[in-house]
Amino acid sequence: MSMNSEFDYERIPAEKFRFVQENENIHDTELQTKARSFFADAFLRFSKNKSSVIAAWILLFLILYSIFAPIISQYDVRDTDKMYINFPSFNRKIADLGIGIFDGAKTYDSQNDIAMAFWKGIAEETGMDPVIKKLRSHETEVKYRGQMVKRYTYDIEVNAYYALGMVYRVFSYSDYKKIQDWQNETGIQVIYPYVEPDDISGNTNPSIWYKCDASGAPIYDENGNFIPAYSTHTEKAGAEYNSIRIEGDDGSYVYSTAKSGSVQCRVCYYNFYIYNNGHEPSFILGTNVMGMDLFCAIGVGARFSLIFAILVSAINLTIGAVYGAIQGYYGGYIDMALDRISDILSGVPFVVVTTLFQLHLAQRVGIVPSFLFAFVLTGWIGMAALTRKQFYRFKGQEFVMAARTLGASDRRLMFKHIFPNAIGTIITSCALVIPGVISSETSMTYLGIVDLSDFAGTTIGTLLSQGNASATTSPHAMLWPSLFLGLLMISFNLFGNGLRDAFNPSTRGVED
Amino acid sequence: MIKYALQRTFYMLIVFLIITLMCFVLIRMLPQPILPPEDPHTQVIELRREALGYNEPYLVQFALFAKNVITKFDWGLSEKLYFGQDVWKIFIGKLPASMVVNLYSIILSIPIGIAFGIFAALKKNTWIDYTLSTLTMVVISVPSFVYAFLIQYIFCYKLGWFPFLVKSGTDWLSWPMFVSMVPAVMSLSFGVIAGFTRTTRAELTEVLTSEFMLLARTKGLTKTQATVRHALKNCFVVIVPGIFGEFIGILGGSLIIERIFSIPGVGGLTLNAINGLDYNIFILTTCFYTAIGLAASLVVDISYGFIDPRIRMGSKK
Repeated sequence: MSMNSEFDYERIPAEKFRFVQENENIHDTELQTKARSFFADAFLRFSKNKSSVIAAWILLFLILYSIFAPIISQYDVRDTDKMYINFPSFNRKIADLGIGIFDGAKTYDSQNDIAMAFWKGIAEETGMDPVIKKLRSHETEVKYRGQMVKRYTYDIEVNAYYALGMVYRVFSYSDYKKIQDWQNETGIQVIYPYVEPDDISGNTNPSIWYKCDASGAPIYDENGNFIPAYSTHTEKAGAEYNSIRIEGDDGSYVYSTAKSGSVQCRVCYYNFYIYNNGHEPSFILGTNVMGMDLFCAIGVGARFSLIFAILVSAINLTIGAVYGAIQGYYGGYIDMALDRISDILSGVPFVVVTTLFQLHLAQRVGIVPSFLFAFVLTGWIGMAALTRKQFYRFKGQEFVMAARTLGASDRRLMFKHIFPNAIGTIITSCALVIPGVISSETSMTYLGIVDLSDFAGTTIGTLLSQGNASATTSPHAMLWPSLFLGLLMISFNLFGNGLRDAFNPSTRGVED
Repeated sequence: MIKYALQRTFYMLIVFLIITLMCFVLIRMLPQPILPPEDPHTQVIELRREALGYNEPYLVQFALFAKNVITKFDWGLSEKLYFGQDVWKIFIGKLPASMVVNLYSIILSIPIGIAFGIFAALKKNTWIDYTLSTLTMVVISVPSFVYAFLIQYIFCYKLGWFPFLVKSGTDWLSWPMFVSMVPAVMSLSFGVIAGFTRTTRAELTEVLTSEFMLLARTKGLTKTQATVRHALKNCFVVIVPGIFGEFIGILGGSLIIERIFSIPGVGGLTLNAINGLDYNIFILTTCFYTAIGLAASLVVDISYGFIDPRIRMGSKK
């Protein structure tokens, strides 16, 4: 150590010294930082866990979806259009962009020339071309009238909504008039000229409006165009028609045919839908086998599942906490006796509990309450075991003894002194109980053991079981509910794990 | 230890008896199905009902039921679905399908699950570990019918490798039967694989950081030797009871998977009995599922003590 040559520390003159404090008291300076509560601390730890934060956001999104989707949707779960069954997702504005999404596309394999002409016929008449694109073409040689002829078939993507084309509908005279008025007002044509089956070789498909043979193959004119076969049989006409006429109509076409006190018409279903509902069909996630809008139905189902799961968890949490507290606090024979009861209850398979409750109680108290009871009967056991363990951990500790010495009652000791210490564990397990309840509820409704559709409209389990029936032909009806449920489960579990780690840092990374 | 095992078994039997009694009474309290008047079995069933004391108090009914089951193994006749047939014979006929599917599934999935778990634990905190842990979490969270659908759609429909449903017939161990079972086996396996991966990983990471592992390395064992001889042995204390539990669980089958792939098993029978309100079948399947659940937990508990002498179950401190 070299001494500082400029200053002589060993002989500092007395006037250089001064008192730090002479007449005032020394206080500890007040803490400048803000005190953090237990929950704020946990929140801070939680927000450091990236995957859990993402899960929390996804969860929030799914919950908001389930609240708002049924509200903003134009549809209700009870709106089931039997013409739109298992239809893919469609929105006309997006479909018109031609970017391959929301275009209601279904793949039709091996469409021969007759079928291709049929699609073209719909396109020409309604102005809505069902064929989105040709995927593949197959060339086959067949023997036709002793000669080898090349025949082409195509695999095409068809807009299922446009492909419905025309349908026959029977109206009363007043309805028929009402549609005409609506047509005049909006300029959208619903009723198209009638075609007598006799004029098209007996074909009864309402979308055929051109001259054709018995197999439906069109007979073209010299330019290769369709020859219209619209009815001009005024003697068969149902009622007067004073509305939009199609192009090329000189006023001789007949727009309806008489049917005992009413009229039968050829109706463009797409426009007829607009007439009935006041808006175009727009199913963002498509429809399912019931003709329900999936976007709305998933929201409705999820809303029920979430409310139900939260309710069940809250009840189970309360019962379990009280039961476990009594077990853990008193111990001994009380603990043993109560343990036997929960042992017996937990031994009964859940399917059996649900079934028995449905069979016994559903008639008397309703399906949903009896389903709830089934969950409550055995659901609290896990929570009770958890609380019991926490009570055993804390009841012998000094702060409890101190409180007891001061004369605190049993109830006060249990719920004011011990319980708050266990609350972290209990809250976090609640976050993991909710997805468990959703999962069981979905399985039960999926299996059809409980049918909640009268009460809740629909549930995710019901949607899945409906979608499963047509999973190969229209996978979207299964895909969207599955995706929703999968996301909900994953994000709930991730969120729950994050909460657990945040509340109990010591158990980080340990499973259960 | 043996005393403990016997105690537990006895206790389990009592719990089983109480549950059976409860369910039995609750089922008998339901209105009995009306029998078709002109069927020849109707008279037999009515006579049986008389003999079984359907008009007596419930405890007497249960005593008669228990007596028949214990002495003659007579679980009654089906009164709806398989009209007039012996319930036990129907049940036995359904058992192989559930067992075979589940057996394939666990034979396939337990080794894979443990292997993944070991792999993840050895590569702890690398991308392999993270990927495996995330996948495990996803598979455990997602309900089985979601990936049953995906498997059915991708492998059966798009690729066409397997048939949609399990083949009919009783040649349970034949090759075509196995092929038709593959989608169901896969759907069942995902959950089991994920479960074992998670347990193995958690257990092994804990063991790998303990002090005796350090000692094993210091005394000159290679990492592989130390892992195989010391770490894995300790980690199997937890895994092996789980394997036993799974093996008992194979009897039960899965309600959901059996329905999706129409496996003619116990799960399907239970569902049909519930929907068709066939009470005698329902009582039998209830007893069966209860027994399996209790037996699995019993075996898991007891096997802990037998595998690891350090764990003294039930001893007073």
